[in-house]
Amino acid sequence: MHAHSQAQALVIVAHGSHLNPDASNPTYAHADTIRDAGAFDEVREAFWKEEPHFREVIRTLESEEIYVVPLFISEGYFTEQVIPRELRLEEWDPERWDSDGTDASQATLEATDVGKRVHYCGPVGTHNAMSDVIVQRAESVTGDSDVGDGFGLAVVGHGTERNANSAKAIEYHADRIRETGRFDEVQALFMDEEPEVDDVTDFFESDDVVVVPLFVADGYHTQEDIPEDMGLTDDYRTGWDVPATVDGTRIWYAGAVGTEALMADVVLERAADAGADVDAAIDEVRERTGGTSTETESERHVTGD
Amino acid sequence: MTGHADEGEDTDADASADTNTNASANTNANADLVDTLLEHADREPIAFDGLRLEATDDGYTVATPAGERTGLSERDLREALADETDDVSEYVTNWYYWQQVGGEGTARRAFLRWCERAPVEDTPGDESETEGTDEGRSETARTVPDRYEPLTDDGLEREWGQLSITVRLADSDGTSPGDRVYDVRHVEDRKADLADLEIHDRPRDARDLTTADERGRYRPLKTAPTLVSGWAFTGLAGDDLVDTVEFVYPATVANWHREQRGNLDVDHWLETAERQTGIYDVVDELPREAVEWMAEACCVDSQCLRRREWEYEEDDDLSVDGGDGPFPCREPCSLVIAAARKWAILETEEERTWEFELTTSEKNQLEALLDAVADGRVDEIREADVNRGANRYRARYLRAKRVDDEGNLCGVDSSVDSDS
Ligand code: SF4
Repeated sequence: MHAHSQAQALVIVAHGSHLNPDASNPTYAHADTIRDAGAFDEVREAFWKEEPHFREVIRTLESEEIYVVPLFISEGYFTEQVIPRELRLEEWDPERWDSDGTDASQATLEATDVGKRVHYCGPVGTHNAMSDVIVQRAESVTGDSDVGDGFGLAVVGHGTERNANSAKAIEYHADRIRETGRFDEVQALFMDEEPEVDDVTDFFESDDVVVVPLFVADGYHTQEDIPEDMGLTDDYRTGWDVPATVDGTRIWYAGAVGTEALMADVVLERAADAGADVDAAIDEVRERTGGTSTETESERHVTGD
Repeated sequence: MTGHADEGEDTDADASADTNTNASANTNANADLVDTLLEHADREPIAFDGLRLEATDDGYTVATPAGERTGLSERDLREALADETDDVSEYVTNWYYWQQVGGEGTARRAFLRWCERAPVEDTPGDESETEGTDEGRSETARTVPDRYEPLTDDGLEREWGQLSITVRLADSDGTSPGDRVYDVRHVEDRKADLADLEIHDRPRDARDLTTADERGRYRPLKTAPTLVSGWAFTGLAGDDLVDTVEFVYPATVANWHREQRGNLDVDHWLETAERQTGIYDVVDELPREAVEWMAEACCVDSQCLRRREWEYEEDDDLSVDGGDGPFPCREPCSLVIAAARKWAILETEEERTWEFELTTSEKNQLEALLDAVADGRVDEIREADVNRGANRYRARYLRAKRVDDEGNLCGVDSSVDSDS
């Protein structure tokens, strides 16, 4: 279907990689899920390190209403500086999100190379629905859709070294999930600051702990660093067991949360919050990716808000 | 997929109640087409690709470059249009197809028109030059009969980077008169038997085909001339063709279209470099001459099929050739920016005079090694071809003789200030 004047387009913007071909896989997978749901006339992926580049994606669209959703975990350098600059959203100012680090929703701006309206959304990582994805990731890795009782949950991120908001996003979701009472214990852990993921077992009393890194794609950190730091393996190349026993605790290591199919739902929620007409697609995507369907709407957001 | 919303639903229903022969299906499809045409002509005169149709008080006037007929009743007109030997019929199905394509003024439409050498709209006059491959350059756009003859036969082919795109008239059931279908292959597979190729029809499949080169190495630059062959997309509709091309060579259609319309927004080296922040903040310190070397290293046709249109800055061109590809490069890409960062840092190093003891052949061999790596020929050099300086045994011998345990050439210590 093509571009009449009310046509709407979705652009998922992600980091990508010059070196690792798998870095963009989650972006493509979520974009395909949304394509198949048919809510947007056009769906595009765009990257900082791959093509189409942020710089050139908007011009490939015929639609007049464009929703841009960053597949990034937190507000920071990329979402506040790089992406708006490269998309030529000249009126952009981080103030437009009016956020203290975790509550950016959207800003409507003009992409000056094409004169089109761009709804620039906050990153997926800070959306409330991301808490659901973390929980779903825990369900996926344990193979138990009721996982929680007798389990601890660790949400893992970088830490503040490069970006204060990165730690905020981790704590935000850890708090939200803790409040639901679903898991016996919930803890935010970091790679480069206290409490450190290296000492994961020190922070839990439960015999079973699910560890979910809040990263958009698997890569060096989630596939090499964290598994070795936690002692799941001496050498990441030889792999590790799920669960693996460390100091008497069973560690269920989930890998990057961004690979969970339900992430497509968060992307859609972001666009919906910015005014995109995607309600039907949200239902369909949730059904297909194992998210809770609307019949149980009240349960959808784990914190019940 | 372009919506065929204009097709008369009622007529379709009649068709299914009718016999199921192809002939009658075609007749009905034709009837739809004529209905749409007349409806349109009654609203406003049609003037498209040489066809003119106008409703006047004395009946219809229909004209093609071959001649004009006036005072036609609706029945006359229907008869003329139903007669496939009448050249008006080609003009009409051609009009109908482009009606379905829609997207007046879009890159998608312009590209599809370019594919079959139709005049690309939005460029002044019908004599517009169509930019393209060597054969496509300076080529005058074709008239409808000049297009239809090949389109009903083997099709019309275009090259787009390493893609060969062929457009034909569709001849299968369920298509409307004038419908085009598009095939895409690697240029090297142009003559290959379809049975020997892996067949695809979903544009997104192109992503997987473009991820790695022949040797399985990741291709971070989509326009590198290292696209693997052995596959074909067949029978694509226009929209799907453009999507497929965009998965293989992202944003090339949009930028080509801008260039066609004379509004390609080129960002030259300096402005692009100065825009960078964070770890790329340093790239604007790259010396002028190093930008030349960089363009020669990265942007020439042997490395990238985009035609570099960016220069050092407005009115200060680089001396390196920008290439001949059909689609332009409007600013230094992320790969070049990342490499520029490395070179910007390396270029801050002081030059020094070194003293190495080498035979003439050894010096020549170092140059041969450099060439082999720079031209990507290392793998072509045969195991036992010891006449080649970049042969592995030759390289190992040179290392054994001239490089010490610390990795220093001729034992000359360079650990002091290197950052490579
Ligand atoms: S900057 Fe050079 S290498 Fe990069 S896309 Fe343009 S021409 Fe190709």
